[in-house]
Amino acid sequence: METIQALEKVKRTTARVCSLCNQRKAALKRPKTLEQICIECFYNVFEDEIHRVIIENNLFKPGERVAIGASGGKDSTVLAYVLSELNRRHNYGLDLFLLSVDEGITGYRDDSLETVKRNELQYGLPLKIVSYKELYGWTMDEIVKAIGLKNNCTFCGVFRRQALDRGAALIQADKIVTGHNADDIAETVLLNILRGDIARLSRCTDITTGENGPIPRCKPFKYAYEKEIEVKTKSLTLSTYAYFKKLDYFSTECIYSPNAYRGFAREFIKDLERIRPSAILDIIRSGENFRISTTTRMPEQGTCQRCGYISSQKLCKACVLLDGLNRGLPKLGIGRKKECTRENSNNQEQIKRNPENKGPSLHSKHGNIEF
Amino acid sequence: MASCGSACGSNCVAKVIEGEGERLKRLSLDEESSVRRCTKCGEEEARKDCNGLCAGCFRAYLYGKFKLAVTSNAMISPTDKVLVAFSGGPSSRVALEFIHEMQSKALISWDASNSQALPVFTVGVVFIEECAISGKPSDQVGQIRSIVSSLSPPSKDLHIVPIENVFPSDLRKLVNSINDATGREDFLRHLRMLSLQKVAFEHGYSKLVLGLSASAMARHVISATVKGQGYSLPADVQYVDTRWKVPVVLPIRDCLEHELVTLCYLESLKNVQVLDNPCTSINGLVSSFIARLREDNPSREHTILRTAGKLKPFNFNKFSSNQYEFVPSRLRPKFQVVENGEPNSPEVLCPICTSPLSATELASRTCARQMKGLNIKEVEAFFLSCCESCHFQILPKEETNISCEGFFELLPKPMVKRSLLRDEIKDYLLDYS
Repeated sequence: METIQALEKVKRTTARVCSLCNQRKAALKRPKTLEQICIECFYNVFEDEIHRVIIENNLFKPGERVAIGASGGKDSTVLAYVLSELNRRHNYGLDLFLLSVDEGITGYRDDSLETVKRNELQYGLPLKIVSYKELYGWTMDEIVKAIGLKNNCTFCGVFRRQALDRGAALIQADKIVTGHNADDIAETVLLNILRGDIARLSRCTDITTGENGPIPRCKPFKYAYEKEIEVKTKSLTLSTYAYFKKLDYFSTECIYSPNAYRGFAREFIKDLERIRPSAILDIIRSGENFRISTTTRMPEQGTCQRCGYISSQKLCKACVLLDGLNRGLPKLGIGRKKECTRENSNNQEQIKRNPENKGPSLHSKHGNIEF
Repeated sequence: MASCGSACGSNCVAKVIEGEGERLKRLSLDEESSVRRCTKCGEEEARKDCNGLCAGCFRAYLYGKFKLAVTSNAMISPTDKVLVAFSGGPSSRVALEFIHEMQSKALISWDASNSQALPVFTVGVVFIEECAISGKPSDQVGQIRSIVSSLSPPSKDLHIVPIENVFPSDLRKLVNSINDATGREDFLRHLRMLSLQKVAFEHGYSKLVLGLSASAMARHVISATVKGQGYSLPADVQYVDTRWKVPVVLPIRDCLEHELVTLCYLESLKNVQVLDNPCTSINGLVSSFIARLREDNPSREHTILRTAGKLKPFNFNKFSSNQYEFVPSRLRPKFQVVENGEPNSPEVLCPICTSPLSATELASRTCARQMKGLNIKEVEAFFLSCCESCHFQILPKEETNISCEGFFELLPKPMVKRSLLRDEIKDYLLDYS
């Protein structure tokens, strides 16, 4: 009788021990591998994986100035911490900066930028903030007044992507890193299939994009699950709680696209993860294995005639949208072919226009897809 | 892939049929209040669910898509013996109807012509009965027979094949040993294709027609992407697939499922009620996702299929021109010469799902095989031949060797022979060099 009780006790204890160190109590089930591990082993595994991704893909070289795209959200907060930590621990020799974009959304971006400023103090990383107002002359609040709530994500996505490039050029950065995680990339693969965007489908899974351009972009969190980043976020919160006694990442959704965050594709990916956790990595592997037919015509990379940044057209999208705003025609650059034909009579320039986005259901949390 | 045979497809088809019927009944009441003309002929009243066309023009529109697919891809030649896979669903029902119409028209023109140099293609129908696996008694066979017998002249051979007759093993035990719900569905789909191929080959058919719609293709594109099969995905969505002994063609690949359902309703084409299975798999989740997208934007399925169409197809996704040497030159289809500089190396296929293996998969399997060396067992060799997706969701985990052996013994012989055949070829090549 005592033997049976002892066996049951041992069994119960064994079931909850970390499967990696076999010592500490298992605190969480890892979403990616479904292993029962303790908190300390999770931190080690998480950071080691990021380090392995960085080394295997040769993301950085010693001496490079790297700008971390920081939005104040949990992805970029964890990215800043992990990169700073790995840079110190493994001697990457990187010069790290925080780079933020101020879209000019009252009550949303100014609060999140406060979070980034605190991260600047905590991690000892210099912070550079570029704003839409100083780059383009318009804040997002003003843009929404001009165009309305519909389609404003198009402006924000186009401007933000170029603003990151411009900000990185201002601080003479060699590379930009963004906090896109595996869930984001899987979502992008699906969205590009749904929207028929074969050009972006061919490059949205690259861990480094714009490699031939002036400032390449890297995604060290390409294989990191969003749930794991959330666990990491909580640990950072607890560690900083003693100093500031408040959460140090910003999690409110953008006020101008409240439905964009929970689009169809994101819901679908969450449901997928519930059925089969490895589906997210499977989608990324599919995206990597897609081979575009040679008969498909792909856009060619070039530079914008007006501002000189990367564009596949004569004028880049940011210049087209900005021109429309400045001339009081905010829908210039947005709309279908009929509107193009009508407005062509007013414009001497022949500019191709993208079709209008089909409502908020296909937006991701980053607004327009611009990977 | 079998035509609308998968479990989640059955559920979606059943729901689509019911919803469509109710909606059309309500439409008939509203029809008199606002009369719109057909955008094509301008005479008949336009129906709301027929893209602004009347019933006749809607049918001609769908038949035009079918005919264009058949002629552009040289799917059916006069000397062909065509086997139509019929599951009872609306998509394969329309495919069967259109094939019958094409055959009837060809027969009329053949009778009228003086030369009579070439015969008209013949048509057979096959229905795979799966009571042994689903465990439910079937009253479908009688309905299938009456549908096929109504499509004459010319008469068509009907092959009703229980799926367990094709493979002597205990199929129920085999299927139930697969733990993953998605893997079970996919394995059933592969078994169905094996059955169809066996029937077609044994009865001397030269083509196998599957009634897969654009909607089914869109679901497959997303499902394959989610399962990590991005490399092999283009193989399944082309019009032509010559991986098999009997080439597989998809003539209604460009028609949307709800259009086919509407056509079945308008023409009173009889359908057989498909089994309603619960959707707990990834395939079921994808189906509900695509259905939701279609409500948001009806042309989303075409967009998905068009995106996949821009991926690079494989060498077996087109007919070679030597198959048509015996046809007079005026009837010979014009093949576009694809200027591919890459060498046409034969693809290595997974023995279970026949998906082409990517270079990464081949490299990892070659390494694992070399490490085991000559001591490798037949079971291990087979497992190493399978693709990543089948490894994850169909094959048993290697923790228990007993289940691996048992699973291997229960597998249908054609699957096992596929991997063995390649081993023999490799051995032969080694001896040759």
